[in-house]
Amino acid sequence: MLDCGLDMTSTLNFLPLPLVQSPRLSNLPGWSLKDGNAFLDKELKECSGHVFVDSVPEFCLPETELIDLSTVDVILISNYHCMMALPYITEHTGFSGTVYATEPTVQIGRLLMEELVNFIERVPKAQSASLWKNKDIQRLLPSPLKDAVEVSTWRRCYTMQEVNSALSKIQLVGYSQKIELFGAVQVTPLSSGYALGSSNWIIQSHYEKVSYVSGSSLLTTHPQPMDQASLKNSDVLILTGLTQIPTANPDGMVGEFCSNLALTVRNGGNVLVPCYPSGVIYDLLECLYQYIDSAGLSNIPFYFISPVANSSLEFSQIFAEWLCHNKQTKVYLPEPPFPHAELIQTNKLKHYPSLHGDFSSDFRQPCVVFTGHPSLRFGDVVHFMELWGKSSLNTVIFTEPDFSYLEALAPYQPLAMKCIYCPIDTRLNFIQVSKLLKEVQPLHVVCPEQYTQPPPAQSHRMDLMIDCQPPAMSYRRAEVLALPFKRRYEKIEIMPELADALVPMEIKPGISLATVSAVLHTKDNKHVLQPPPRPAQPTGGKKRKRASEDIPDCKVLKPLLSGSIPVEQFVQTLEKHGFSDIKVEDTAKGHIVLLQEAETLIQIEEDSTHIICDNDEMLRVRLRDLVLKFLQKF
Amino acid sequence: MDPECSQLLPALCAVLADPRQPMADDTCLEKLLDWFKTITEAGSSLLLLQGNPCLVELLCHMLKPQDLSSRVLSFSLRLTGVLAAQEDCFQYLQQGELLPKLFGEAGPLGGAAWTSPTVRGGWIQGLRSLAQHPSALHFLADCGAVDTIFSLQEDSSLFVASAAGQLLVHILGLSMPGPARGPPSLQAGDWPACAQKIVGHIEESLRATATPQITQALNVLTTTFGHCHDPWTQVLWVRLSPLVAGLLEKDPVPAAHSLVDLLLSVARSPGLSSSSCGLWETLAQTLSHLSPTQAGPLALGILKLQDCPQALRAQAFAVLLQPLACVLKATAQDPGPSGVLDGTVGDSMTADMLLPSKAACVGLLCRTLAHLELLLPLPQRPCPWPQAPLLGAAVTLLQLCGGSARPTSDAGRHLCALLLGCVRVQRAALDFLGTLSEGTGPRELVTQVFAVLLEYLRSPDSSPTVLKKAFQATFRWLLSSPKTPGCWELDPHALLFLRDLLPVLQKRLCSPCWEVRDSGLEFLTQMTRHWGGQAGFRHALLASEVPKLTEQLLRDPESYVRASAVTAMGQLSSQGLCVPPAGPEHPGGQQSLLVELLHILSTDSEGFPRRAVMQVFTQWLRDSHADVAGDTEQFVAGVLQVASQDLDWEVRAQGLELALVFLEQTLGQPRSHCPCAGTPSVAAPVGPLAQALQPLCRVRLFEFAFRALFDCDRPVAQKSCDLLLFLRAKTASSGSLQESRSSPHVASVEAALQRWQAGDQAQPLGDLEPEVVLAVLRSLDLEGLQGALAESSDHVEKSPQSLLQDMLATVGVLGENEADCY
Repeated sequence: MLDCGLDMTSTLNFLPLPLVQSPRLSNLPGWSLKDGNAFLDKELKECSGHVFVDSVPEFCLPETELIDLSTVDVILISNYHCMMALPYITEHTGFSGTVYATEPTVQIGRLLMEELVNFIERVPKAQSASLWKNKDIQRLLPSPLKDAVEVSTWRRCYTMQEVNSALSKIQLVGYSQKIELFGAVQVTPLSSGYALGSSNWIIQSHYEKVSYVSGSSLLTTHPQPMDQASLKNSDVLILTGLTQIPTANPDGMVGEFCSNLALTVRNGGNVLVPCYPSGVIYDLLECLYQYIDSAGLSNIPFYFISPVANSSLEFSQIFAEWLCHNKQTKVYLPEPPFPHAELIQTNKLKHYPSLHGDFSSDFRQPCVVFTGHPSLRFGDVVHFMELWGKSSLNTVIFTEPDFSYLEALAPYQPLAMKCIYCPIDTRLNFIQVSKLLKEVQPLHVVCPEQYTQPPPAQSHRMDLMIDCQPPAMSYRRAEVLALPFKRRYEKIEIMPELADALVPMEIKPGISLATVSAVLHTKDNKHVLQPPPRPAQPTGGKKRKRASEDIPDCKVLKPLLSGSIPVEQFVQTLEKHGFSDIKVEDTAKGHIVLLQEAETLIQIEEDSTHIICDNDEMLRVRLRDLVLKFLQKF
Repeated sequence: MDPECSQLLPALCAVLADPRQPMADDTCLEKLLDWFKTITEAGSSLLLLQGNPCLVELLCHMLKPQDLSSRVLSFSLRLTGVLAAQEDCFQYLQQGELLPKLFGEAGPLGGAAWTSPTVRGGWIQGLRSLAQHPSALHFLADCGAVDTIFSLQEDSSLFVASAAGQLLVHILGLSMPGPARGPPSLQAGDWPACAQKIVGHIEESLRATATPQITQALNVLTTTFGHCHDPWTQVLWVRLSPLVAGLLEKDPVPAAHSLVDLLLSVARSPGLSSSSCGLWETLAQTLSHLSPTQAGPLALGILKLQDCPQALRAQAFAVLLQPLACVLKATAQDPGPSGVLDGTVGDSMTADMLLPSKAACVGLLCRTLAHLELLLPLPQRPCPWPQAPLLGAAVTLLQLCGGSARPTSDAGRHLCALLLGCVRVQRAALDFLGTLSEGTGPRELVTQVFAVLLEYLRSPDSSPTVLKKAFQATFRWLLSSPKTPGCWELDPHALLFLRDLLPVLQKRLCSPCWEVRDSGLEFLTQMTRHWGGQAGFRHALLASEVPKLTEQLLRDPESYVRASAVTAMGQLSSQGLCVPPAGPEHPGGQQSLLVELLHILSTDSEGFPRRAVMQVFTQWLRDSHADVAGDTEQFVAGVLQVASQDLDWEVRAQGLELALVFLEQTLGQPRSHCPCAGTPSVAAPVGPLAQALQPLCRVRLFEFAFRALFDCDRPVAQKSCDLLLFLRAKTASSGSLQESRSSPHVASVEAALQRWQAGDQAQPLGDLEPEVVLAVLRSLDLEGLQGALAESSDHVEKSPQSLLQDMLATVGVLGENEADCY
């Protein structure tokens, strides 16, 4: 199984979970059907024309109907965003296999899960809504609830116990490490340049190579650069995890982010940045480190609030080997690779596990707050939205591309604060993909259907689709696709003593053949040719007897023949040996030599010779020997 | 030649002839040759040779088989040419058989030295100098030089090949009869032998199949028609034009760029009557045969011609517009009611040229836009000018590049994919759009122009250079927006646009990219300069955060931005658009800006902001800015004191500019002429003069100017000299102060100035009285100083004697090193 991401957009259908009791949210009117039926008014609330489920947020799990997940042997994880559904798989499906991921992926993935669990568990909500999920009722609801798919499979968030158990099933791997899977294939993680520890995977047998490219970046940000060279010579390249906002250039967006931030703060407003606790935030802090002095913002406090803020900032500094070259070299100076260390030292950046406690005493405005969750449905961000939403001096800047910012803002309407959308998605865009594909030249590309056509809203943008030759094979949800290659060969090893015994004969310059008699030993998808057993010797040893019983009898082998029969010379030889009235006919595959007098026919083809005579064994043997003279034996 | 040089010359010639003493620096040889050219232009070469036999010896020495440096050999060939340019000297050298030996088969031509391009180049340049008289022509014919020149046209060195072509042109011109003799006949037999040979060679090359040969022939002809306008050139064209036209029958047309150059050179030649020799037909034919990329420069050239048939101009204009017509067609837009842009819309060739590759498409579009931009301001630009379709095309291109276009056709979508994010086309289209602002356009199109400009100014993806051009284009369009007659107020549409623009400018002033902040400030300065006095603009600007942000940028870490912020704040303040900073520490906004600028002037570590402050202060003084007018003397004294200590000469020079403004204001005469002219129209009256000079003394203007007079940077000293000369001339008629000359104070000031001139500027001059100043002014040799400052800094070292000494000294040093080695 390649990755197991969690679709968190389902949470956008739910009301936010406020840290502090919010009169506004708790007083929202219940929603009733057009005919006035109000049986759903406890579950559904209405806010500015949108309907939300008033319950603990639920998540949309990976597809479980199509395949029995207990039969999955291995899960390969690409990056920490693509493992958020892991506890659902490992703890509730009978999964007993192994999960492979790099160390930073696991550590930061753990932080993301921990933050998620913390955000949801610290605001316990007794109410659980299920009526609306009834298909007959769902049909009556307004969009987007009406159009939500597979709502019956939506689940509440996992617990920390489940997270720990899931993570314990992960086997840590390093870049370029070759991992044997049951002898059948070898998998190797490669740096994908997107996030700390993010990987692309190569899955290869001796003769076939499949690359899985997911969440990669060619931009120079903090992680180690993408390893493109190792993707060359792939039979199939499975491509996914491209940028979600192909029209937004990350550099331009960072510029927008900084400009809008400065503009707001200079006017005395506060800036709220809903974000994940790891990833782009490191780059943003680095940009701000360079920018704040030039923008005259040195006195503005930056707050990073997350239950895992401290761990995230510290983890990022210790994964030196997973960082880009520039940051790696800093470690040897020695300096912290990320400049946020200096921001913390100089008190420009302060981090807190939550807005309760120290934060409330340190809090100073105007300020910039980085906090989660980007969906605006849970986490400390909910509080800041309620607090700052009423003033047009304040700005919320969306940088994470995973959620539609308009949908995220829907339960906070009407909103006076300014909203700026600067999605920073460093993953590959279509121009980069086309360069990458030209560079690595896979025989076939397999990708989601969406990548093979321009986005529906911008049908004229031919540049926003994958353009490669041969055209990419696309797949859609729940579709079964046969990868376009056949496994034709297996590699077999030969034991040294057997190899020693071979007597090669050169049949063409540079090509030698040798016959081999051996036992093919197959175990764990590995094939080995071992020397055949010596002919059984009559000994009384019990052990030896058993050994000889195990090995099948080997018959005495006839010699193998090679070479071709030159027809003219063969006819001359026949004449020399007294055959007359010889007639040669050409056929599609070779020749037929007719000995009319002897009523015999010799059929000579590229890989076979037949002598057809009427029960005259003597004649057949004579003719056979004449044929053999032209062939080599070994 | 002066005797000192004559004495040095034999030694130098000996050094040059000695292969063991190589010349390290061949620029010396170039300077030496220049010197010989000057001597021969001024006098007789023959006398020079006879007076300096070492020169002939040097030339003879070149004939000996030895391992001479190719640079010296090349120099000798060129020197021979320079000397033999005069016919008597030519004869003199001919007598000694020196010329055939140097330029004929016996010379370097047949030897190993010929492999050096320097020697081949020297050979050509020598002949080029030599070929000035009929004897030279005979010589060239006799020694077979012309054939060698033909072969050198294909030389591996581009310089040699190009020089060979130019030499051919020169020889052709020399051999043909001058204008007085009338044109030769078309019959080849009637032409001089040398000309016949060269023209024959050109004809042969034009018939060749190899493109390089054709290119050479075309280049020779281009130079010929470009430089020589005698009647024979018309005969030459009549004879060769069928062959040139024949090139158009080949597919593809060979050497298209050279062909275009030739045709334009012929068309521009005043010696040719274009209508009579079928040139217009050839041009029309060429336009239709060449690809759009090749035809663009030809079309532009044709449109620039003064006299040209209307039909040909129309055809050329259609060719030039083809790519834009294709863009409009691909995006399914109306190419305009006049149909000017649809002349060749159906021409699939252009569409093919545009679409197959990004490089071809971008190159063609950028060239087209650049050509049209060049054409627009010319008086001979096509009329009617298709302003509206061109505006439409520029807007469409910008939309395609920015991703906001929504083409429906396949070609449009393809074009969109090619151009998306293309900075080159964006820059070219914005420049072109800016130029188009000089014309008008339909209201809806102008609305689109402002919309696309706003889109670019807003877009996070606009690169800093694109943004700068977008700002420039925006300013030009705002300037051209319709105005009420007699009123400079922005029209209501422009004001509406301004309301959208200012938030964008605010954001750009906060950009992390300094170039963007800088462009934003420049744009603000321009706008304030033009509309700062207008109510609508003032209201919109003051309602925005822009003035406040600009004030904050005075402390930007980037010096260019600080400089631009200084200029912008200076402008805002002049217009009374400065917002007083809040807080008790800033009692008065304007006053605090003056303090802040003075602070920048005295403390900023970079020169640009300090220069900008000086310019602002000068302007404020000139405009009698309110803060300055309050206590002008204190202001000027303070600024001059800080400026005099500045390490940047431009700041000091600007200080002199400020001093001059103050001086003019104090003496009560508007600056009506350049102070460099020296004599003002009317001398100041004597009586109030001393009184008038008092304020200048009080602000220590003279100490500043005298110090600048001996500044180590020449421009500062020159400017100060000009200022003092101006002042002296103004006070020339004053006789009442003559007696001060002998006062002890004058003597001490003069002594101090002498020390200053010697480099010791530690001692101040102290308080100066007007009388003393005037006396010192009269005693100073300002004219002499002005003359010395006007000389270039190396005028002493530039003498030929110095050159010869340097060359000998260099070799001498080399010799010593050689000895050291043993």
